[in-house]
Order: sequence, then structure tokens, then C-alpha cells
Amino acid sequence: MTSSTTPLHYLSLAEAAAALAAGRVSSAELTDAVIARAEAVEPRLRALLSADPASARAQAQASDARRAGGGSLGPLDGIPIGLKDVIAVRDQPLTAGSRMLEKFISPYDATVTRRLREAGAVLYGRHNCDEFAMGSSTENSAFHPTGNPWALDRVPGGSSGGSAAALAAGEALATLGSDTGGSIRQPAALCGVVGLKPTYGRVSRFGLVAYASSLDQIGPFGRTVEDVALVLQAIAGHDERDSTSVGAAAEDFAAALSAPSVPRRLGLPREYFGEGLDPEVAVAVERAVTHYRELGCEVREVSLPHTPYCLDTYYVLATAEASSNLARYDGIRYGHRCAAPRDLHDLYFRSRAEGFGAEVKRRIILGTYVLSSGYYDAYYLRAQKVRTLVRQDFLRAFEQVDALLTPTSPIPAFRRGEKANPLAMYLCDIYTIGANLAGLPAMSVPCGFTRAGLPVGFQLIGKPLGESELLAIGHAYDRVHQWGRRRPNL
Amino acid sequence: MNRTELDLDALARLARLALTPEEKATFARQLAELLGHIERLSQVDVSNVEPSAHAHPQHNVWQEDEPRPGLLPAEALRNAPAQRDQMIAVPKVVE
Amino acid sequence: MSTPAAPQPASYEAVIGLEVHVQIRTRSKVFTRVAAGYGHEPNTLTDPVVLALPGALPVMNRAALDAIIKAGLLLGCEIAPVCKWDRKNYFYPDSPKNYQISQYDAPVCRGGSVEIELPGPARNLMGEHKRIPLTRIHLEEDVGKLSHGATDSLVDYNRAGTPLMEIVSEPALQSGEEAYAYLTSLRATMIQGGISDCDMEKGQLRCDANISLRPIGSTTLGTKVELKNLNSISFVRDGIEHEIRRQRSILERGGRITQETRDYDGMTGTSQSLRSKEEAHDYRYFPDPDLMPVVIDAAWQERLRAECPELLFDRQRRFLADYQLPFTQTSVLVWDRPLADYFEAVVRLGAAPQAAGNWIINDLRRELAAAGLDPAASRVSPANLVALLRLVDSGAVLNAAAKEVFVEMFATGDSPDAIADRQGLRAAPTDSGELENWCRDAIAGNAKAAAEFRSGKDGAINALKGPVMKAAKGKANPKAVDETLRRLLATG
Repeated sequence: MTSSTTPLHYLSLAEAAAALAAGRVSSAELTDAVIARAEAVEPRLRALLSADPASARAQAQASDARRAGGGSLGPLDGIPIGLKDVIAVRDQPLTAGSRMLEKFISPYDATVTRRLREAGAVLYGRHNCDEFAMGSSTENSAFHPTGNPWALDRVPGGSSGGSAAALAAGEALATLGSDTGGSIRQPAALCGVVGLKPTYGRVSRFGLVAYASSLDQIGPFGRTVEDVALVLQAIAGHDERDSTSVGAAAEDFAAALSAPSVPRRLGLPREYFGEGLDPEVAVAVERAVTHYRELGCEVREVSLPHTPYCLDTYYVLATAEASSNLARYDGIRYGHRCAAPRDLHDLYFRSRAEGFGAEVKRRIILGTYVLSSGYYDAYYLRAQKVRTLVRQDFLRAFEQVDALLTPTSPIPAFRRGEKANPLAMYLCDIYTIGANLAGLPAMSVPCGFTRAGLPVGFQLIGKPLGESELLAIGHAYDRVHQWGRRRPNL
Repeated sequence: MNRTELDLDALARLARLALTPEEKATFARQLAELLGHIERLSQVDVSNVEPSAHAHPQHNVWQEDEPRPGLLPAEALRNAPAQRDQMIAVPKVVE
Repeated sequence: MSTPAAPQPASYEAVIGLEVHVQIRTRSKVFTRVAAGYGHEPNTLTDPVVLALPGALPVMNRAALDAIIKAGLLLGCEIAPVCKWDRKNYFYPDSPKNYQISQYDAPVCRGGSVEIELPGPARNLMGEHKRIPLTRIHLEEDVGKLSHGATDSLVDYNRAGTPLMEIVSEPALQSGEEAYAYLTSLRATMIQGGISDCDMEKGQLRCDANISLRPIGSTTLGTKVELKNLNSISFVRDGIEHEIRRQRSILERGGRITQETRDYDGMTGTSQSLRSKEEAHDYRYFPDPDLMPVVIDAAWQERLRAECPELLFDRQRRFLADYQLPFTQTSVLVWDRPLADYFEAVVRLGAAPQAAGNWIINDLRRELAAAGLDPAASRVSPANLVALLRLVDSGAVLNAAAKEVFVEMFATGDSPDAIADRQGLRAAPTDSGELENWCRDAIAGNAKAAAEFRSGKDGAINALKGPVMKAAKGKANPKAVDETLRRLLATG
């Protein structure tokens, strides 16, 4: 792919940064291209919940002025980047895909937002998602579903479906999502882009609407592994406003990509290739494995014996935390308040009943149940112990291998409405949940398409704080295949 | 773990959610199925296993006691559904 | 076997446990850095964390932890090597997150006790001392403040997020008087430790009491009633006594106590049941995933121990033993740490403890009260007070004049020597001839007193001093007057 044949809105971030640096393009032009593209595709795709073109253009002009003055802030300066609508941007809406926050305007910036601003990025677009990030298809958005750019009647995955779809459709050059059980990686796989969930604590959660605090992590979507590294560079790092932020030393993630490639040891967890895996997905992932073998990597089978319990562990811990995290949405200080409440009791019950959708209510009730008197030990405490075992499985595997390679999603993009049963939907996340429970960095890299033209991705899971190595391994495949540069016929 | 004990009314009260009879019926069915799945956790031998609250435990994460500016009242009340005298208004609370 | 009818117990004893909330005095809030404070315009001390806006996260304030550890050290608690934060889930408009960050099963402090002194038989006699054992002390966040209008309630979140300690006593108090003594002692300890100002009017110290009665001799606890809204230490005492009387009269009529929460109105001296909540609480405590545990090592404890002042009753025992002060003086000094510190500074410079105590308790406190100042703000340096005491002791400045000197010292901070010179307040230099004449005149003019003295009534000499002083216009050195009179009476 060369930039001369690529529309501005489909440039990779690295290409756009080079073009900006060389003066071949301005941020205003890039931003205009992205806005025009969004206006063209949004009626069909519906990946955006809100957008502020005037603000984006002003940011672009400021970037161009900076650059003209010789004060570029780096590779992200002037690049249009969109955010999942769970990340706070001052004076912009923050809905989390919920009626509850339909009219909420954030009075503050998330830490990642501040860091993107400091890197000069042009913030454009707030992306659709499953309500409060609960879902795997973006169908749980209170406002509207989002189409998959490769097949509009199919889902883009979720919960960060809007952010994956918007990137795949050319509505931004990179986007940020959040991932609690796979919410970046699964939509990345279903939309054919790269998506990284960093190590828990690598990126500050301050300003991220909380779903499950001990699992949530913000991460980037990009068209290439390199792009993802560039965005991670800007947003990662210790934040004193997030007690769970890790104080790791600064790393140069982009430089790690160009480090001399060393053959790595890759592990295939046998529990991730069993029943329920779509044969076409299996074939595409197998081809990626073959590529790594050809690069000289040692590939061996490993076992993560507690994998069968990951989903259950996740649904206990995540719903418990969510039931408490979402208690603040009560219609008192902000958010939806029911009309003419009779009394305080009525205000609480009706505001929350009207403000939350079915999936959110279901998880709040499940979470309330597992924490309630008499059940805490059997569910929550036990799940925390199983979580320890899951993490131990991974750490043991990393004694033998440098990274694990698995399918990202057992199936490619499914049709809207196809998974009406909650449990069936939850099973979409079986390969991604483990990395959240263990707090590990994990990335979905596109690796081809099904015969029907639906993207497929594989997942790389790395050691704690092993983003540099993970990105290097992913890049070794991605720089050759560049599946994420393919453009849907939209 | 006995899923028959799931008392939806009590849980909805704790969670401050008004549920319609239809929602109750649907949720009862779906949650029973989910809890059936989750009950598999009881098969795991967790004796002598420490619970993990976090994947990467740290300790003594704090800030020094030096005030920083907060929100202006107008910002603090910007999203308030009802306010009076620079305060959030709610239906009269009877203790 | 037939069950004999339970004998009507002759009398009942009260079992009382107190839950005391003490706001910790920090500059910023406990989980975020917006300023903490009292008396500000509504909703001016908020930020995204205080208001629980979407995405906000808590981070601990280290000073709040220092304060609770210090409180634990002062009260002899066991300090947990590791503690953690839990969420207490319940909905209320003053609680922005609808959960309170608190400590459930791993509080910072366990055990310990509060030493109390009950009223003595007289003001100048020490009362009985007791130690009231503590169950625990934990740290949590305060909630906002509700005020009630005619048709709505209004919420101000300025107070929300203020660090708050909950100090829970064992059910080991027996009367309102003991509760009064407990709170008085606890409050002074917290103030002297620099932990809290404990101003009850500002809600910096709040107390709930759990009260039950049981037949004397019984070891099981009776049904307890929780008394709330006790907003002064006197109301705590009165409310408890009222509740004990109420329960006793019910039991003596053969009635049963209902477990409930009652509101005591200190103005009218009556209580009423608060409408019992429809549902039982299920707080669903679980570890707060947004916060990390706290590890408290020995070095941290030792650093804080070094900052802890001597406990006031320990100090009182030392003042009684080492300085031989009268009980009444010690009981003024030790409750006022800056005053007691000042006293000790004066004594360290060589002043006689009792004389120093008198000057501080009478003169210094009077001037401080009139000026509305704290002892720390006094312009009378310990060295200057010692200098004044020496002037009085040597007779260079007479007592009455010394009082004037002191007032001037307090006003200007000048040395007593400079003031005495400036204002002509030194005792007249003793001209022994003149003094002897005055003394002879006094003896001659008061033959009866002179005769009494000579017959062994030592106090009769005082009747002779008056005329001498009068003749000297008050400027004679009383020591010299005394010596001269005795010499003349012995020889003449």
C-alpha cells in the first residue's frame, strides 16, 4: 500500500505522521477528510454517537500552526483520533451508550484524553458501544446498533464496536476503546483492525466510565501494529489519579518494533482450540501460526487448565463490581431523572429502571446477588481465588514461551439479533477473558478473511508489562500481511 | 450455591430497580441459566489459594495532603436534574 | 419439671457502647485532593471524585492514614500490619457513589482503650479512673449534608469525602456520666494529638450510643436501642440517662424493649422512635477494586509514635508526683496541652512549680481569656515569667506590683525588669533606719498584737505589718518588714 493511492482517511497513522512531517498534507486536510468520510458513511454505519466537527477543525488548525512554528508535539500531532463514548472529554457528551447519561456533558478530561491532547491529537468523534461497555455486539447501545463495515447487517463486535467500525470505515486514523473481557480485541477481530488491551494498570483509567474496575483497561485500535504502538506510547504511563496505575519505567514501544527480530517461542493453549471454534477462523489462525514457524519461531502446545472456569469467574467478578460501580447512576447529581417522582424511593427505582437497558439491569442484579449476604464466599470470594489460579496458569506457561497465540473470537461477525440468549453472547468472549483476569497485555491482529469476506483475527497474549515484546511479535506478522490496511467496500 | 434461592424482588430492591413483571420473568429464567453455568466454580479446588483482588497487587499508593483546585459550583451542578440555592434538589427525604 | 416463674429482678444495670465519628483534620479530602473544610458556600469543595462523576477514581490521602495510626497509638490499639478498603453499598442522596469507602474486616486499629475520670467527691479531689476498652477504629469517608425544605431536600457535597474515623467502644460503659467522661477524654486526646479539632457544632465529633439494660448479675445483653443525633457531650449524657430511665420503667412494668433507633432531642429532653427502615440492610461489603491495600510497617509507626504527645492522665500523674501540684491545678493544666507545655517550659527554666502554676492558671489564663488568645499566642515568654517570679521572690517587686508588671508583660512582651523600671514598680530600696522607725511605731501603737506575738501567737505579727506598709505607702519589702518586726519584737 502506498500513500499515493490511499485516500487520506485510510492512511495509516505512521504514514499520516510522515506526510504531516514532510508537509505533504496538513492536519486540516486530514481532519476534513475524516469528517467528510464520516458524513458519507454514518447514515449506514452509525458508529458515532456524537461528533464535534468545529472543535476538531479548530484542533487541526492549532496543530498546523504549531507545526508551522516548528513546535510539533510528535507523531500524533494533527492526527484525528476518535474515542469510545466511555472516555471523558471536557465539554463533550459522555453517554456510555446509555439513556442514563444521554444528556451528560463531562466537566473534565480523562487522563488518556489529556495525554492525547498533549501529544497534539485531533479528538474527533465519540463512538457507539454497548451500554456501559456490557456486551459483545454493540447491540446493547441504548441509541442504535452499529454495522460491521464489512457487512452492514452484521455486528462490529463489542463493546467497543463503534471504535473498531469507525476505524475500519475511515472515520478516524486511530481510536481508543476499553476492554474488560475482550471489548477491544473481539471487535478488532470482527472489523479487521489491530486492537490492544494493555497490561492492567499500564494506561490510566481515570476518566473511563467504570464497568468492572479490576478488569477495565483502555487501549488503542489501529490499522497496523505500528499504529497501535504509536498511540500506546502517548497514552501509557503512571498516573497519580489512578491507584491501580503501575509505575513502570517509560518504554519506547515504537522503537521496540524496529529492534532486530529475535525468533520467539510461541505457545498454543490447547484449551483455546477446541469445541466451538469456527473452522474458517481456525484455518486463518493456523496460517498465522505457520507464518511464525516460517519466521523461525518455536511453536509448542501449552495448557491453561483453568480456562473452562474463566467465563464464570469473569461474570461473578465483573457483575459484582458493576453492581456497585453503577450505583452512582441514580438521577440525583446528574443523569436521567424520572418525571415527577413521588418520593425519593420512586426517584431511585424509576430513574434507574428507565435509564438502564436490559443487559445492564441483568448484570446489576447478578452482581447484587453474588455479593449479597450469605453468598459472598460461595461466589465472589471463590471467584477471586479462581482468578489467582487463572493467573498462575498463565505465568507458568510463560516459563516456557514468550507469548501465547490463540484465536481472538471463536466466530467471525454474526448477524444482528442472532445471539438473543445472554449466555450465547457471553461465549463470544471465551478466548479474551483470561487476559483480563490475569491482567496481561493482549492484542488482536487481523489474519485474513472468511470466504464470505468477514475479517478474522488472532490474539497474542504477553507477559505482564510485556507490551514491547508483544508488539514486536505482532509486528513481525503484521508488517508482512497488513490485513488491517484492506478497505471494506462501503 | 443454590440457584432456587434467587429472590428477584429482594435483589431489585437492593439495586433500586423497578422491574416489570415481564422483566422479572425473563431475568429469572436467564439468571437461573447463568447461575447454572457459574455453579461450575464450585468444582475448582481453591483450598490454600489466596484471593486476587487485583492482577498486579501494589500497596501504599497515595498522594500527599496538598489541596488542588476542584470544580466550580457551576461545573459541579452543570448536569444536575434539579437544583436550588446552589444545591442538588431531591424529593423531601423523610428519615 | 415445671418452670418456675422468673423472679422479678430487683434492679437493672445499663450496658452502653459508643460509636464515635471523628473527622480528621486534613487539608484535602481522604480520597481526592480538593480542599476539605467547614463553613464554605454550598458545593464549592467538590471535584469529579467527590461528586462520583462517571470515570472518577479515589486515591488515598497519606495524611489521613497518619492521623488514624496516631490515634491508634495514643489509645494503645494494635495497628494492623495490612489493612484494606471495602465498599459499603447503600443508597442515600448524601452518599455520591451510593457506596461508602470504609473498612469492613481489616480496620487500621483494633483493641486499645480510653482512660476516663469520673467526677470526684469534691472539685479538688480526683475522681475514680477507669479504662473503657475499644473494639476497633477504622477510616472511612464522610457523606454530604442534607437540609430539608418544605417540599424538597437539598444536598451540599462539601463535607463528602472528608476523612472520618469511626471509634467503636466495647459495650463497657454503665452510665451517662461515664459516657460523658469517655467523650471528654477521647476528645481531649484527639485534640492534643493534633488529629481533629473535635468541634461538635461543626460535626467534627459525632456520637451514637447503643444502650441496653439487664438484670444485675446477668451476663447476657438485653435488647439494645440505638440513640442518634446526640450533638453535644452533655446531650449524650442526658440522652443516655433518659434512655436508661425509659427502658427501666418499661422493664419494671413487665414490658419488653423493642430494638429500634431513637432520636434524642436535647432541648426538650425527650426521645422518639425513628421510623424503622422497611428493609434489613445488606451492605454487600467487598474490597474496593479501585484502591490498593495499606501496609503499615514498624518504621512508619515509630515515626508517628515520636509525634504523639504524652497522654493527659499520664501527664497529670506526673505533675502530681514530680511537681507536687495540687490536684485542682493539674486538672486545669493537663486538659489544655499548650498551657501545660508552657507550664513545663517555665518549670524547666527553674521556676518553683507551685508558684508558676498559680501565675499561669490565674494570671496568664485571665489575660488570655480577656484577649481571646491561645497560650501559644502569649507574648509572655517562659523566660520572662521566670524572671518575674524571681523578682517577686527576692522582694524586688511586690506581689501587687507584680500583677501590674504581668499585665504589661502580656501586652508588650517586654521583660519584667524593663517594665518594673519603666513604671516605677520596684519595691522601695530598704532604708533600714526609716523602716525600723515605722516598725517601732507600729509596735508601740499596737501593744495588744505585740503582746500576743510575744506570748507565742505567730500570726499576730500580721496585724503589725499593715501599719508599716501604710507608712511605707506600700513600697516596703515585705520580707524586710517581717524580719525587722521579728527582730524588734524579740529584743524589745
